[in-house]
Amino acid sequence: MDLLTLLSNLSDGMIVSIQIFALTLVLSLPLGLIVALGRMSKNPILRNLVKVYISFMRGTPLMLQLMVVYFGPYYMFGLIMPRGYRFYAVIIGFALNYAAYFAEIYRGGIESMPVGQYEAAKILGYSKVQTFFRIIMPQVIRRIIPSITNEVITLVKDTSLAYVISVTEMFTVARAVASAQANMMPYVAAGVFYYVFNFVVATVMEKIENKLSYYR
Amino acid sequence: MSLLEIRQLKKSFGDLQVIKNISLKVEQGEVIAIIGPSGSGKSTLLRCATMLESIDAGDILYLGESAFKADKDGMPHKVTGAELKKIRSYFGLVFQDFNLFPHFSVMKNVTDALIHTQNKSKEEAYDIGRRLLTKMGLSEKENAYPFQLSGGQQQRVSIARALALNPKVLFFDEPTSALDPELTSEVLKVIKSLAKEHMTMVIVTHEMNFAKEVANHVIFMDEGVIAEEGTPEEVFGNPKSDRTKAFIKGYQ
Ligand SMILES: Nc1ncnc2c1ncn2[C@@H]1O[C@H](COP(=O)(O)OP(=O)(O)OP(=O)(O)O)[C@@H](O)[C@H]1O
Ligand SMILES: [Mg+2]
Repeated sequence: MDLLTLLSNLSDGMIVSIQIFALTLVLSLPLGLIVALGRMSKNPILRNLVKVYISFMRGTPLMLQLMVVYFGPYYMFGLIMPRGYRFYAVIIGFALNYAAYFAEIYRGGIESMPVGQYEAAKILGYSKVQTFFRIIMPQVIRRIIPSITNEVITLVKDTSLAYVISVTEMFTVARAVASAQANMMPYVAAGVFYYVFNFVVATVMEKIENKLSYYR
Repeated sequence: MSLLEIRQLKKSFGDLQVIKNISLKVEQGEVIAIIGPSGSGKSTLLRCATMLESIDAGDILYLGESAFKADKDGMPHKVTGAELKKIRSYFGLVFQDFNLFPHFSVMKNVTDALIHTQNKSKEEAYDIGRRLLTKMGLSEKENAYPFQLSGGQQQRVSIARALALNPKVLFFDEPTSALDPELTSEVLKVIKSLAKEHMTMVIVTHEMNFAKEVANHVIFMDEGVIAEEGTPEEVFGNPKSDRTKAFIKGYQ
């Protein structure tokens, strides 16, 4: 098999990998903020529920979580899910998992904000919501970007985990082609793909970080 | 009617009673200096007056309107909603360590609250901002960020930020004690010029000469009570209590 055929075989998988990556981010970044707010809630029931959720998500393998999301509805409730559910299960599993990690990053950032910022805002008449979105969050985002970058880079590599429920992302395709051809090439190509993907991600994140570094 | 009246204020942190029954009045145009040893409760008093702290007992009234309302058990609670907003609009507070918003430019620090909490147009807010920054000697700095300014400049921005909202009374909590001595005078000068314009101010300070010069009324606080008060001449020139004498002597 020549390189061109190999790449065209792999390209469908690449697109799925990129989809998993992008959808996970789009969902888990806002969800993580909501989870973080729950984690910091004054209501002890909510706070502890969210704490348990985060602890499960971070304390068990993502691979296992994907299987629970995919097989759970049938094993637990006898629900037969529609055909396309495989892909949605991956997105749900990834989003729930990554939201937990992002939540802890948000929380760390929010809790690191000096109380003087809240007090100044209060005196100036900002509402709680305005204070959070105008004063606190912009500074939090700036502080947490390096940690977010770490997670995002891990996410690129984690997309390969979708193979456990047979979603044919990049890595699944590479494995299939490699074993059919008894050839290393697909793995090399997959490695290059992940590396380039991460290189682009890291570059973009660095751009964002620089853009936010206009103040100290 | 007094601009601000504090009646029999009490405030504890756990078992520590920090404010023990303080009453005072602030009249329109008055400049009050609050002096006293560290830990005597000066900051706590300002924080109660600006509603950053809850209070345990007593009353705080701005133009006769109560900032705290007693519930059925007699515990004072902050007023809420529109009343709270109105009371907050009466005062401003200048912090010891400025608390500027680091991600906003100087101009935005001064104008953002005008635009977003008082619904002024950007043009109107920027006019106010420019006028105040010029007054503070900072017209060149409107596009700078706080980290690019000296401490004295940052404090003047924070004074402009407080003035932008046109408060009836401005509180200062040791506005110069985070500053190097050579930067202190530029901030004190600004406050003196405000006093000349009859801005009502309540200033906690360790700068005795400044207090003597700028205040119409001096309050000496000690261990949560007003140990002595009067005109600067009375308190500095002829202190009655030994505590006041000893304290003032420590500064000469
Ligand atoms: N949030 C708090 N929790 C517990 N104790 C507090 C709190 N704030 C202040 N205190 C205590 O209350 C007392 C008075 O503090 P306050 O800051 O009002 O003093 P101060 O007169 O402003 O002193 P300084 O001149 O050092 O600023 C101190 O003993 C302080 O430790
Ligand atoms: Mg103090």
